[in-house]
Amino acid sequence: MAKTRTLQKKNFMDIFSGKQILIPIVALVLLAVFNLIADPSFYKITLDVNSAGNHVLSGYLITILDYGSELAILAIGMTLVTAASGGQDISVGAGIAIAGSVILRVLCGTNSRPDHLQAPIIVAFLVSCVVAMLFGAFNGILVAGFKIQPMVATLILYTAGRSIAAWINNNELPVISDPSFGYFGGFIPGIPIPTPFFIAVACMIVMGLVMKFTSLGLYTQAVGINESSSRLNGLNPAFIKFLSFVILGLCVAVAALIKVSRISTINYSVIAKDIEMDAILAVALGGNSLSGGKFNLPASILGAYVIQFLTTTLYKFNVKSEAISAYKAIVVIILVVISAPVVREKFASFSQKMKVRNAKEVG
Amino acid sequence: MKNIHKNFTGVKALQAVDFSLREGEIHALMGENGAGKSTLIKVLTGVYEKDEGEIFLKGNDKAVAIHSPQDAQNLGISTVYQEITLCPNLSVAENMFIGRTKGRMQNWKKMNADADRILQSLDIPAKATQQLANCSIAIQQMVAIARAVDMDCKVLILDEPTSSLDDKEVQKLFGLMKDLRARGVGIIFVTHFLDQVYEVCDRITVLRDGKLVGEYEIEKLPRVQLVAKMLGKELDDEAQIKDETQVYHADENVPPVFEVEQLQSNAGIKPFDFYIRKGEVNGFTGLLGSGRSECVRAIFGADRIIGGKIKKNGKEIKITKPIDAMKNGIAYLPEDRKVDGIVGDLSVRDNIILAAQVLRGFFRPFSKAQANKFADEYIKLLEIKTASADTPIKSLSGGNQQKVILARWLLTHPEYLILDEPTRGIDIGTKIEIQKLVLKLASEGMSVTFISSETDEMLRTCSRLIVMRDRRKVGEISGEDLTQSKIMDTIAGGEKKNG
Amino acid sequence: MKSKSLKKVSLSDANLLLTITIVVFFLMYIGAMIFEGGGFLKPQTFFNILNANGALIITACGLSLVMITGSIDISVGGVVALVSMCCAVYLDFKGGNVFVSLLIALAIGLGFGLVQGFLVAYLDIQPFIVTLAGMFFARGMTSIVHTDPFNVQNEAFVKLKDTRVIVPGMGSVNRIGKYVNAYVEIGVIVAILIVVIMFVMLRWTKLGRSFYAVGGNRQSALMLGINVKKTRFLAHLLSGLLAGIAGYVYFLHVGSGAATHASGMEMNAIASSIIGGTLLTGGVGNIIGTFFGVLSLSTIQNIVSSAGLDQAWWTGITIAAMLCLFLVIQSVVLARKKRK
Repeated sequence: MAKTRTLQKKNFMDIFSGKQILIPIVALVLLAVFNLIADPSFYKITLDVNSAGNHVLSGYLITILDYGSELAILAIGMTLVTAASGGQDISVGAGIAIAGSVILRVLCGTNSRPDHLQAPIIVAFLVSCVVAMLFGAFNGILVAGFKIQPMVATLILYTAGRSIAAWINNNELPVISDPSFGYFGGFIPGIPIPTPFFIAVACMIVMGLVMKFTSLGLYTQAVGINESSSRLNGLNPAFIKFLSFVILGLCVAVAALIKVSRISTINYSVIAKDIEMDAILAVALGGNSLSGGKFNLPASILGAYVIQFLTTTLYKFNVKSEAISAYKAIVVIILVVISAPVVREKFASFSQKMKVRNAKEVG
Repeated sequence: MKNIHKNFTGVKALQAVDFSLREGEIHALMGENGAGKSTLIKVLTGVYEKDEGEIFLKGNDKAVAIHSPQDAQNLGISTVYQEITLCPNLSVAENMFIGRTKGRMQNWKKMNADADRILQSLDIPAKATQQLANCSIAIQQMVAIARAVDMDCKVLILDEPTSSLDDKEVQKLFGLMKDLRARGVGIIFVTHFLDQVYEVCDRITVLRDGKLVGEYEIEKLPRVQLVAKMLGKELDDEAQIKDETQVYHADENVPPVFEVEQLQSNAGIKPFDFYIRKGEVNGFTGLLGSGRSECVRAIFGADRIIGGKIKKNGKEIKITKPIDAMKNGIAYLPEDRKVDGIVGDLSVRDNIILAAQVLRGFFRPFSKAQANKFADEYIKLLEIKTASADTPIKSLSGGNQQKVILARWLLTHPEYLILDEPTRGIDIGTKIEIQKLVLKLASEGMSVTFISSETDEMLRTCSRLIVMRDRRKVGEISGEDLTQSKIMDTIAGGEKKNG
Repeated sequence: MKSKSLKKVSLSDANLLLTITIVVFFLMYIGAMIFEGGGFLKPQTFFNILNANGALIITACGLSLVMITGSIDISVGGVVALVSMCCAVYLDFKGGNVFVSLLIALAIGLGFGLVQGFLVAYLDIQPFIVTLAGMFFARGMTSIVHTDPFNVQNEAFVKLKDTRVIVPGMGSVNRIGKYVNAYVEIGVIVAILIVVIMFVMLRWTKLGRSFYAVGGNRQSALMLGINVKKTRFLAHLLSGLLAGIAGYVYFLHVGSGAATHASGMEMNAIASSIIGGTLLTGGVGNIIGTFFGVLSLSTIQNIVSSAGLDQAWWTGITIAAMLCLFLVIQSVVLARKKRK
């Protein structure tokens, strides 16, 4: 008796533990099938020659991989912040504006349209990393040190970020003419796959290694689930939270490099607009609880690509860019309603009743 | 209540349980953790919906439908839970009346006056307009009872109401219960304290593993029998435990492992001295709020230390955070399992390795295989009942959760283990297992400090007791003096002086 | 012990936060009068702040309400934009009447409140996600309804828009030496009415107290016999309705429809509530505080622009700095209280 019960329980738990990544996968499959039925040409990939004379792959799938990269990178950091602090950072868009502005400032020096780069790109990138991590640290201190709710604490930078970004460059719009700067957001000559995808993959690998060779995962989850208990187990919850914000800062800097490289300049009020919402959506779509605790990084990353998949699909159907958010909202609501535990429970009990009824009819 | 079934996803929490309550009686609902007591109560109060079965009220042939706590309240069923279920951000009066009266507007003057009247009649030292968060836990509990009492209830459910009350408050509560019984109220009383059952109850219903074991008149079920029914095995006598377990007396000549001099923390305890020898089991005793937990928390660095010294093997060590204490071989099983102990959503395995992992360091995580090995080892060693090592700890019963926390600290191989109320709220079987384990560990050379609200449990395990009163160390009892009455005298000492 | 007390923020703390907000506001305003002089000495400057922020006051009230129940609603800015766009299109292209346009506004607000409330309360979906989708939807719909911004020419509406309510006993002498009475727009009257109603509702009615109860401890509220789902639903419904009203008030003030209207208003409303002493964790908050929160926020904007720092970035930075200051003050005050 006891044995069968544990067995039952185990099967049940297996389904449960495997469930989380299923949410973005199901969403992805739904979208893919929809596109397949609506217009199979969505999946066509061609080898074209771009304006720089390189042979590059193009097609909607490539666009998804390309433009989904920033989101995927941000989703990594956002997942950690969400897990550790039980809240979200809504200042990542503003953070990208700041980091992007810093990159341009370092590359251009005082001249807003230099003929040559004033500093190596790597230096500019490192400086922007430091700055972004500092702003992450600022958020982290407010959240971990002053115990302000993350959404509220990051509201500060959300309000001020784009202004700070404009202030860094004196509200000028520097333009980089050096083609090598465009590689990060475009293509490296000779490689037909967009560079942002490589950068995203590199970030995932680095994160994967960090997860494997440190206890970051366990610590973050422990702190997110029960702070008081974590403290009594020798952890420093404030530091773990702080760390998650700094890591997100790093992700922001990487995303900023891709963003400014795409257009070789910056528009302070438009760059990465509403990307924080997409990043949070990616985390939620990955089945992670937005109130912290357990997390699943691959699911979040997949969630990010699902969102990009959706955006690209909408663009393909000639939806205006301003109106795209309305459709996105509908899809999001459908997804969260389907995955809501309450709905699923109702559905399960309904199907069980049907089964019982069928069985009775048969009997 | 007849033939109640309740299934939780995959688990049968209640199977065909019948339960009846007469007018004007106090009925004890007994069972080990996970026996289904809480579930039964929650079905009755509308927190959970039953899957099968019917509930009848007052001789009506028609079954009543209870879908929500409001339904239950309207039927005259009110409940006081172990954890305080009031809103701390509202006033005392609001907490007593909210969700009860009809109409949109509230007559505030009348409400406050009514509340004050009730509080006075029940002798509860709180003001109606006071914010609940500013009251002590015991008073909050009393307010919850006052609310229930005032609701003209026919059925009053008390779910372990005494666990946060001291003896005097318990007596006051019992007086109240008897009073209500005389007025014809049926009371369901859930508790782990056997003494209390025999003091006030009329009948007992025993549950085990979600099934009904039986319903008994109190005179016809002696204590030993009750324990046997609850555990589902014949246990000769509770006293037998004492014979089985011999208190291990540490050698008086062994120098102390840990010494504490004039230690003081920001939790409001007076500076205290303390020492423990290798292989010794000692304990802190005192009433609730006397500062026993605060003392051990100070030693572990859980509260901020503001004065005093801690020495290990005669050398001074610095402890400012729990990690410092852990590095010095101290382990601490906290008083509040839910708040300070378990990491609810994490698996049993992660919960077991957590402390050891922290000690090992951030950059040296255990491999999956290692973690599994440790988890399996301790699940087997402590006989933790869990579906697998992957099960989230929150789905385990209280006793098994406590064992996981114990496993977590044993895995760090501490020299000194502090157990703060390790047996509170867990069933008798597990209690005994834990007591035995403590003595076994001590015989292997571990020093253990054991804190418990139950004095006989302390007597069974400890060879020396430190007595606390009003956040101050007032005495130390060991050897021949270690008797129930001597302890009581020392604890109550202050009151005698005042009287 | 410590973590328990963290959650319990007593009413006196809330009162303290409220006092800080009001005092800071008056200090700021008096400071502006002394150091900036000029405009700030005229009563009309103060009433202009009100005129410009009628809609913000109303949305902030709604947000305080949902925040007190421990929830959040970030769709309000989008709803305001959608309402003004729909009303504008209706009035201009269909030649409709003003009363129907008001009904449209209320219907849109109620619609958002209904759906979001249902999803949050009955399907138990995280409010942030639901209202985020609400915001996306409202913004998207706004540009689907009409892409380009335009002014409304409808006569009846313009008349209503230009209606001025004279504030008795207040006024100042204008440039040509004529005494001009201070005035407020209709929207401000509506906003102040709503502040009063909301204050009374939250302080004295049972529904109001159950909002606090649910925000303080949802489980306990359930055990106390409060219908938690209904209470949460009502909070979102009311917030949606208030957003609808705010949309109309906003529309009355600007008299045009545009997809970019009220952008960032949700964040300003949240910021105002926080400055007014409402905690995002729920259970603590006060509408009067929220009102002063809005005033503080807009006063500092006025000070910044009249100080000649009118480059766009200064507003953002000063508001952020102020928010930061208030948050830190709150955090320190609460932490110190706890230690006692």
